[in-house]
Amino acid sequence: MIDWKRWFIKDNAAIPLLAILSGLLFGAFVMLLGGFNPIDAYSHLFRNVFGSPYDFGETIRQVTPLIFTGLSVAFAFRAGLFNIGAEGQFVMGMTGASIVGVLLEAPWYIHAPLALAGGALLAGLWGGLAGFLKARWGINEVITTIMLNWMALYLSNYIVRAFLLEPKQQRTYLIHDSAKTSMAWLSELFGSARVHWGIFFALLAAVLCYAFLWKTGQGLELRAVGHNPHAAQYAGMNVKRNVTKAMFIGGVFAGLGGAFEILGVFHYQVIASASPGLGFDGIAVALLGGNHPLGVVLAALLFGSLSYGSAGMSFGADVPPEIIRIIIGSVIFFVASPGIIRWAMGLFARNRKRKEVA
Amino acid sequence: MSVLITISEMFNTTLVFSTALIFAALGGLISEKSGVINIGLEGLMIAGAFASAVAVIFAEDAKLGGASPWLGLIAGVLFGILFALIHAVSSITFRANQVVTGVVVNFLALGITVYLVKLIFGTGETRTLHHVFTKIHVPGLSEIPVLGKALFVAYPTTYLALLLVGVVYYVLYKTPFGLRLRAVGEHPGAVDTIGVNVNRLRYIAVLLSGALAGLGGATITLTTTSNFAHNSISGQGFIALAAMIFGKWNPVGAMCAALFFGIAQALKNQIQLFPFADQIPTEFIFMLPYALTILVLIGAVGRAHPPSALGEAYYPGKR
Repeated sequence: MIDWKRWFIKDNAAIPLLAILSGLLFGAFVMLLGGFNPIDAYSHLFRNVFGSPYDFGETIRQVTPLIFTGLSVAFAFRAGLFNIGAEGQFVMGMTGASIVGVLLEAPWYIHAPLALAGGALLAGLWGGLAGFLKARWGINEVITTIMLNWMALYLSNYIVRAFLLEPKQQRTYLIHDSAKTSMAWLSELFGSARVHWGIFFALLAAVLCYAFLWKTGQGLELRAVGHNPHAAQYAGMNVKRNVTKAMFIGGVFAGLGGAFEILGVFHYQVIASASPGLGFDGIAVALLGGNHPLGVVLAALLFGSLSYGSAGMSFGADVPPEIIRIIIGSVIFFVASPGIIRWAMGLFARNRKRKEVA
Repeated sequence: MSVLITISEMFNTTLVFSTALIFAALGGLISEKSGVINIGLEGLMIAGAFASAVAVIFAEDAKLGGASPWLGLIAGVLFGILFALIHAVSSITFRANQVVTGVVVNFLALGITVYLVKLIFGTGETRTLHHVFTKIHVPGLSEIPVLGKALFVAYPTTYLALLLVGVVYYVLYKTPFGLRLRAVGEHPGAVDTIGVNVNRLRYIAVLLSGALAGLGGATITLTTTSNFAHNSISGQGFIALAAMIFGKWNPVGAMCAALFFGIAQALKNQIQLFPFADQIPTEFIFMLPYALTILVLIGAVGRAHPPSALGEAYYPGKR
């Protein structure tokens, strides 16, 4: 049997849970300052996530892309790379899926997988390009991924406008039914919420990500390169190839997230003036989850449900939804600085001792 | 002659766009020179942009007129410092991962500022400001044909930015303080042994970086957008980060990188005026600045070396 008490005390669970609690308390404090009722707000938030099967299903929909982009950032981190480009890779994933989904016609068992693969491949190449630029010319991946994010936005807008546009619309034609990854029976179960195959693939991707990084030789090599590229080189590993590979795989993760948004949720792609932001949120998810696949899934659950629930909070209790960014920001802050929580706990313990003495 | 006028106009646009980037890139540079990664530049700029807009509105209501934008600039600096303090406390005192706390700054800044705007004004964005900076015509010099229009008709913030490049360069490379700051970023243990307080220096550096990035954000409000909304700052902080790395962690290099990026943006605007631009899809013209940056980086010789101790928390007594 697991010794729960010891497990809890060893910081494994205590710090993140206390961090979440502190974040929610801080959010409540900010709401009080703004003249809102935090209990009312949180109950609306909670109700908007768990209140009806529909809301619960929509929460799952919100969580799905965050798992993918979180994995994308976390995977690259493990190889010592900072993938700010999950955003652009996500957009390329959407675009690849739209191209295959709109232009091709095939039976569903070929079409849907092909559309997914199209998105994943395009996004993988987009990420791999940043990796290649780093490997070949030593260009910092932070710069290239920032640039590639903007280029992805404009390139996808061009592709949508020039090749896929439905006349008189600002979006592509609807993708063919055979490319859709929606799940009718699951949607019905959740009051026609847009739940789709993506969540299962996201969880599978997390498992594969873990298995690859910690159970295969290639994964060991990748982590070695991330830990100390010089030592890895000296041990005979090909650092350059690993850098490119890590960015390619990171891109594939983000791209699958984007592809599922098109194939499972929207079924079309719009000409956008700004990118959706799910890739940037993936950075927060990865950091919150300690760059570990299991952590990423849990962090995405927290992040996704808070941001979906925030809509209910602003309708029901009139609290601006921005409060969610404040809460998530402070949760990450507390997770990242366990010192602050230990310090606060120390103060608490000392006070108690003093009281006992008195 | 018309070509010359085009070039002079282009340079003028460049300066407007680059000013905010120069401020923020200098801020990032000071922080990173001391060994603290600052990915929170975007958030610090948001804080500055927000504070300057609010300060100008209050100043306008108090009938302060022409002094308003200057007060806005000061408010931007103060708010930048305030948010940089979050970064400093968690990453220096509590030794949290610097990348993570930078992301926290970005999150909190956007959340808190938009929340406050909604509380104060009841809407998602501030009203349009009436008192913002206007371009100064430098007496005499602005009369010079071509060159005058290009260089000597500009916002006061532009001259401030160029001046600060010199100041930062001088302080970093010609003063004992600058030497210590750089040493803290390279080998904090060594600096500790001669009795310099490593963490105090890092605090100063991070707060200065907040002040400069805040200036950058305020500049955007006071010269470009004339109000504050959730999308007033959309990626400029990240571009400034890129400019800092592109400029190889050197103030003059960062300025050149920011100017290069400004030129690429201006080029985008100018190309659209030519008849042949109809043949090129606008999306590709929009991509130009970003693609050019990558191409130039491929052509640039030599790797950049970040400060050796970048990203490492310092434990006093560690050698």
